[in-house]
Amino acid sequence: MAATNTPPAEFSDLEPYLAWDLASEPERYAKRLASSMPEMQAFYDVAFPRLNDVIEYCDKFPLDDLPDDARTLMHIMQSLVLVSFPIEAWKQPRVPDSGAAWVELIREPVI
Amino acid sequence: MAHFTKPDAGSWTENYPELGTAPVDYTDSIDPAFFEAEREAVFKKTWLNVGRVERLPRTGSYFTKELPSAGPGMSVIIVKTKGGSVKAFHNVCRHRGNKLVWNDFPNEETSGTCRQFTCKYHAWRYSLEGELTFIQQEGEFFDVDKSDYGLVGVRCELWEGFIFINFDQHAKPLTDYLGPLAKGIEGYPFGQMTETYSYRAEVGSNWKLFMDAFAEFYHAPILHQGQYTKEEAAKIQKYGFEALYYEMASPHAMISTWGGQSPPVDMSMVKPMDQVLRSGLFGPWDKPEIIEKLAELPPGINPKKVPQWGIDEWHFYPNLMLLIWEPGWYLTYHYWPTAVDKHIFECTLYFVPPKNARERLAQELAAVTFKEYALQDANTLEATQTMIGTKVVNAFPLCDQEIMLRHLHKVTGDYVKEYASNGRH
Repeated sequence: MAATNTPPAEFSDLEPYLAWDLASEPERYAKRLASSMPEMQAFYDVAFPRLNDVIEYCDKFPLDDLPDDARTLMHIMQSLVLVSFPIEAWKQPRVPDSGAAWVELIREPVI
Repeated sequence: MAHFTKPDAGSWTENYPELGTAPVDYTDSIDPAFFEAEREAVFKKTWLNVGRVERLPRTGSYFTKELPSAGPGMSVIIVKTKGGSVKAFHNVCRHRGNKLVWNDFPNEETSGTCRQFTCKYHAWRYSLEGELTFIQQEGEFFDVDKSDYGLVGVRCELWEGFIFINFDQHAKPLTDYLGPLAKGIEGYPFGQMTETYSYRAEVGSNWKLFMDAFAEFYHAPILHQGQYTKEEAAKIQKYGFEALYYEMASPHAMISTWGGQSPPVDMSMVKPMDQVLRSGLFGPWDKPEIIEKLAELPPGINPKKVPQWGIDEWHFYPNLMLLIWEPGWYLTYHYWPTAVDKHIFECTLYFVPPKNARERLAQELAAVTFKEYALQDANTLEATQTMIGTKVVNAFPLCDQEIMLRHLHKVTGDYVKEYASNGRH
């Protein structure tokens, strides 16, 4: 998790969603499963229109040396990518027809 | 309504007469005795891929691989030696048989970098080359010559940066085993695709049932329809699935298929997130420079050389599947049986390292999408295992687009039969 845990001033609209500033996929996935659809819809409605702005902001820095506030933005957008499935496709937090199946991410690049 | 030409024999399956066209008996997926025979005849006798060289970046880098598929408790250490070669050893201390390399839990895999291996029990030490270099209180032992007590080696050979091991000291060399299908894809820039996402799942089915699931694309329009918009789902179902090409080079096989051209033709059928990040199940739409700049792909990739090409999938027997995607990335699947009705499924996605936030998020979306699909794929398997296990029905009709399943079960049956009669394949 970013040390400052605050987005840059021009992204203050994302501040209510700092709980999604999670560095690893297992953390993000657990939060998705623990969230309600209205919670994720609210997050999506605010964050999705800012996706290109965040990319533009973060691309001012080298990807392997992002300042803390840019890392926070990237983590929030990684969460948005994960939340896009319940919102855009499934209409529920879990993958439909996935029953008891469980797939664990064991190695990933962490920003 | 063939969209793509089939062989003169009339079908892909009949092009390989030894496969037959009769319903396939699935007793091989529910019989515990057959599973024990597979361990001996297949997993102790064939080349098994345990990962890639990028996991061993420097001298002393190592990882362990649990291989219960080859027998209860089997575990191997894979290490980069001082000479720069990759070696494999059984993970057992020569003193009194303790497991040599593990962290908190002896049954969990581990990795790291070290100068030597030291046993937790009595501090016997082994060099990266596997030689016993130190015995605690050596003078207390009786005529023990350290050179007689090195780690027990396991055959270990590389192909295009893929590390394979073989428990059979008499097996033919790896590249002979992999044969022409592998030869045809040598030169693909695997070594530059080092941004990886790895997944693991414990699945309640026979290993071959999950391989079956990923050896045909016939299921895709049905099982995964929720991923598409309604119109796209209807269009895809009506079209059905036909591959561009199949080749059986026993024990291995490959399928070449269309799909996943990027960017998609009709944007109105693409999810909003996919549109913004220009990515999705088939990977990022924009090719990495390394692929853009390739004069041509190796001859074995997109063997029909058609513009509709989307994915090639190789099955390197017994349990490695390699998929190369048109947009310039690849993935591997491994299936490690632990019981007749259980296996561990592993998948790794490999991308060229992203240059910026846009590329990074495009890869993130591809990885996230992959997991959504994999969960659906995994979930059908336990149900299939249970119902085959009832023995109400024993044989199942497989269609021409399921030729790789037919091939997998036949090859496995042949290995087991031959081992039973000759003691080896």
